[in-house]
Amino acid sequence: MNDTTINSSQLGANSLVERAKRNQHRFWAFSGLIFLVIGFSLASPNFFQTSNIISILQATSVNGVLAIAATLVIITAGIDLSVGTLMTFCAVVAGVLLTNLGLPMYIGIPGALLSGFLAGALSGFFVAKLNIPPFIATLGMMLVYKGLSLAICGGRPIYFNDTEGFVDISTGSIIGHIIPAFPIPNGVLILFLVAIFASFILTRTILGRFIFALGSNEEALRLSGVNTDRWKIVVYSLAGGICAIAGILLASRINSAQPAIGQGYELDAIAAVVIGGTSLSGGKGTMLGTIIGALIISVVANGLRILSVPQEWQIVVTGSIIILAVYADQLRRGKT
Amino acid sequence: MNILVDMSGIEKHFPGVHALKSVQFELREGEVHALMGENGAGKSTLMKILSGVYTRDGGSVQVMGQDVDFAGPREAQDAGVGIIHQELSLMNDLTVAQNIFIGREPRNFLGILDEVLLNKNAKDIFEKMNVGMDVGAEVGTMTIAKQQMVEIAKALSYNSKILIMDEPTAALNDTEIQELFRIIDQLKADGVGIVYISHKMDEIKQISDRVTVMRDGEFVGVRDSKDTSIEDIISMMVGRDLELETEQKPDTSDNMTALEVKNLNRGKFVKNVSFSLKKGEILGFAGLMGAGRTEVARVIFGADRLESGEIFIDGEQKFIDTPSKAVEAGIGYLSEDRKHFGLVLGMDVRTNISLASIARFGSSLGILNEAKISKTATDFISKLDIRTPSEKQEVKLLSGGNQQKVVIAKWLLRDCDILIFDEPTRGVDVGAKSEIYKILRDLAASGKAIIVISSELPEILRLSHRIAVMCEGNLTGFLPANSSQEEIMRLATATMQSSNNKNNQISEMSS
Ligand SMILES: Nc1ncnc2c1ncn2[C@@H]1O[C@H](COP(=O)(O)OP(=O)(O)OP(=O)(O)O)[C@@H](O)[C@H]1O
Ligand SMILES: [Mg+2]
Repeated sequence: MNDTTINSSQLGANSLVERAKRNQHRFWAFSGLIFLVIGFSLASPNFFQTSNIISILQATSVNGVLAIAATLVIITAGIDLSVGTLMTFCAVVAGVLLTNLGLPMYIGIPGALLSGFLAGALSGFFVAKLNIPPFIATLGMMLVYKGLSLAICGGRPIYFNDTEGFVDISTGSIIGHIIPAFPIPNGVLILFLVAIFASFILTRTILGRFIFALGSNEEALRLSGVNTDRWKIVVYSLAGGICAIAGILLASRINSAQPAIGQGYELDAIAAVVIGGTSLSGGKGTMLGTIIGALIISVVANGLRILSVPQEWQIVVTGSIIILAVYADQLRRGKT
Repeated sequence: MNILVDMSGIEKHFPGVHALKSVQFELREGEVHALMGENGAGKSTLMKILSGVYTRDGGSVQVMGQDVDFAGPREAQDAGVGIIHQELSLMNDLTVAQNIFIGREPRNFLGILDEVLLNKNAKDIFEKMNVGMDVGAEVGTMTIAKQQMVEIAKALSYNSKILIMDEPTAALNDTEIQELFRIIDQLKADGVGIVYISHKMDEIKQISDRVTVMRDGEFVGVRDSKDTSIEDIISMMVGRDLELETEQKPDTSDNMTALEVKNLNRGKFVKNVSFSLKKGEILGFAGLMGAGRTEVARVIFGADRLESGEIFIDGEQKFIDTPSKAVEAGIGYLSEDRKHFGLVLGMDVRTNISLASIARFGSSLGILNEAKISKTATDFISKLDIRTPSEKQEVKLLSGGNQQKVVIAKWLLRDCDILIFDEPTRGVDVGAKSEIYKILRDLAASGKAIIVISSELPEILRLSHRIAVMCEGNLTGFLPANSSQEEIMRLATATMQSSNNKNNQISEMSS
């Protein structure tokens, strides 16, 4: 037996230290977020207002949901560049079903979700079965969805004026209804529900275990008798379905499906993932980190706008934050 | 005689593990000093401290009379300490020559990499070692044994005064080991001091001048090899006497056939291989490096695709083109390469043990029962005596032999009817080896059909009920359990001696 090497009290203390260490990135990311919030609050009295906080959260909802989709794929050591235009495509599908065909919401919304799910499965098929590198497969699909969206709409937006209640999906507030002091928009509520769901998948289910194993050592997983191709397709499908949720949130917020937007969103989503401490080489990552990352991006954008910093410079700052966040992470790793 | 290394009072802590407790070690000029101990005793850790990979928590290290405090492997190298690590650490996408000279590539007068000189220098080293090697080949495409030879060449290229070899022969067969020993003798004559770690007891008698034994992170003693018996060393290692079991091998010839393969073909490593395996039988696969044993196992398991051939399980033909189909059909395969193919190094012990059987721990919605996973993992940890602070430790932090036990646990848990073990005791200590042999025998006794591939002939002879021998992709014959090493070696080189009657030999020597 292993009598001398292990000492239980030492073990208890150590596992606490270990846990703190493991969560260190999120701790720093979270501190960064708090620091930004305090900084902007001091710089401008308009920043820390209920209405502004809610608008930050509202702005985070779409990017946050997309970032959740991207996180799932990135932990498998893949990448999904099509999240932005797929989101738009799903919004357009919703528009066709609800406005053009006049179908009710209980058909239109599931239909849009299904289209996202199937689109994700297609990317997964390319990656798993045809062995196309994820970067290439999803780059191709990014353009395909962009073109399809424009083709379906003939370049014009589809409005949801005839669908009663559609705007409420994102901008209404069920919570505000119950507790008037907290008028949290539904979009934000949905973001958090999706995050909790995805986090549950990652940490508590077989799928989650395999997502991490795919990213850490796919071959060892395959040689354990796991059908890795099938599970990869499942992951991309799930990510596609979550992109569709983002599409519906976005369409509902602007009350229209705009076929021309979408491209560029994937970069914000991936930025949020990376700031949140998920490794692009796979095998590591958390949903909480991703949400913090998405919040940091929104806070910076919002704060700089309030301080009247021109948009060009906002972009420069966001870019710098990505590099800073990853550098901080590397510093921490280098030390241990 | 000069003292090259003097370590004393060495202390090292890892989270949850007191890995070294006031350990001492001394190395003299021109000696081979064996460092022995069970899996997890702290041998690799001690040598990583000497070679600058880890910093010590306490104690002192002198190298050639100087107190040293290496901040990294680079400093140790400059001070004349070279190491061949237990875990291969080559870059798969680089060639052999590029790997050997990484970071010190020769440049021409323009400062541009001199690829020609690079390859020539590498070739020179292998010539000196008397080992055939294609220095332009990518390392990732080579077998573990070849990769091990590259590691050895790389270490030699530094011309270190002190050379640490951490289980250099774990992946080598007898011929290659004798080559290595010849190299070691040459180094000794040049006054190099060599630290030699191995779990192969017979090597210790053959090659070492002195032996230091460690147990549970402590120094037990140091002896002159010529005055010490293997039994003494073992009892110093495990703290008690270990009785060698003698076991009657059962007659399995009347049992039902579990697996039958006919005319399997794939490239030059699997040529018309046919054999059958009975329930309750342990079939040993012997052969030299590159004989194609691993390749045969991989096509049966669906890890590589068959070009032609048929596989029957319990008399029923199966089409197996992926490992998941193989496992469904009841076949498990433990790879020879635990680091790349056996373990997810960044994940914990419990996850690795449960990886092949995870469906058993999930509800119908796929939600995992974590408590059950932990419980099962803890059971295996105590059953196989895996040294780890807890089942939640990342596998990469375990010692090599304990990692191997984790892979074994994974396949024991999966409970397949046909099990293929490729080098199951690689890097495992003597005591644990007997444990694993016992487990394999018990599995066979309970009706499982087992294939054991091993480059250690004593292991093959000790375990197998019947022995299949391969040479250059051909199955050259079957031998009974009581065969001699000479008979095996003759079949293992059969097609090399008479390359023209290759094809008729294969089919008819099968029983
Ligand atoms: N980086 C690390 N972090 C935590 N624990 C470690 C680390 N490295 C080694 N250990 C632990 O220290 C102990 C000694 O490990 P070491 O690798 O030195 O054993 P070893 O004698 O070389 O065993 P083997 O024969 O299996 O190679 C083991 O319990 C191991 O789990
Ligand atoms: Mg070791």
